[in-house]
Amino acid sequence: MTPGQRRWIFLAAIAGLAAFYLWGLVGLPGFGNYPGPYGDVINRIAVAQTNATGVVSAVNFEYRGFDTVGEEFILFVAATGVAVVLRHLRNERERNADGETGDAPDEGQRVPETSSAIRMVALIMTGPTIVVGWWLASHAQTDPSGGFQGGVVLATAFILIYLAGQFLAFQRVSPTDVTDAVEAIGAGGFAAVGVTAVAMGLPYLTNFLGLGITPGAVSSSGTIALISFFVGLEVGAAFILIVGELLDQTLLLREGSG
Amino acid sequence: MTPGHLLAVVTPYTVPTGLMDVLQVTVLVLVAAAATMVVVIRVPVRQVIALSVYGIALAVLFLVFQAPDVTLSELTVGAVVLPIMFLLALAKVRGREK
Repeated sequence: MTPGQRRWIFLAAIAGLAAFYLWGLVGLPGFGNYPGPYGDVINRIAVAQTNATGVVSAVNFEYRGFDTVGEEFILFVAATGVAVVLRHLRNERERNADGETGDAPDEGQRVPETSSAIRMVALIMTGPTIVVGWWLASHAQTDPSGGFQGGVVLATAFILIYLAGQFLAFQRVSPTDVTDAVEAIGAGGFAAVGVTAVAMGLPYLTNFLGLGITPGAVSSSGTIALISFFVGLEVGAAFILIVGELLDQTLLLREGSG
Repeated sequence: MTPGHLLAVVTPYTVPTGLMDVLQVTVLVLVAAAATMVVVIRVPVRQVIALSVYGIALAVLFLVFQAPDVTLSELTVGAVVLPIMFLLALAKVRGREK
């Protein structure tokens, strides 16, 4: 097939795709029009039932909490997979490099110097990033936020520490053992909240804590806030673990090839 | 259940819906353009930067479509963490080639 023929086939395909796509867009309901019943039902009952004004979190951690457990364990298993594969490789490499460069991470690295500007910006951003991450993870019940978003933002704070300092600083503030433990506590904590409800004779993941008096207060919504906290731990630790392993791989490989 | 009853619950929109349609179409085009950039750029490191820009555009899309929580996720995962993973993978590959 000549490039010319291929281009015509591509153009025909893209024209067809564009036509179907635009057709589909035209058929969508207008902005603010919602035809289904569930959103309206949730809007009406969610705040009264859960005392959470962050209705998205109420849906995620309460009405469909069981689905969210599954989603959380997807990330948990993914992070575990990264750790299993990369830590095995690291051991191999350390064996191979034995006697040549040693495995001390502060010796023999040939990482390019980070510019002072990047270090300064990263340093300035670290504090606010931690505050924002913590706020997001602890305000799932009041605002459009939650443990997942907060956890990832917290993890980026640790990446900023790496940028501001060096890999050693990243390792010092997030030792692998601690990160592993925090991730396990986060994932297990979510499941444990569900099992606690079962132990009390309630269905799995029933909101067994007091809902508080004021809807939208940080102390309101019972297990929704608690689950969001555990999700924040799990997600933050999982992302730190994944990025840490990748950093480890990159730096150790440079060490080995240098 | 009358429509008026529904309106008492749903927050009334202060932005004219026609304007929102224009905004939505604009952001959709922006996302399509950013995605095309990611595919067209052939230098991997620049491609990762384009991917980050695409993540930000997608975050704006979610915001315009009234999903601020998804915006937060996309902003951190799509614009920060995913590009960092790609950059680290590229650094590793480059180190092996030397």
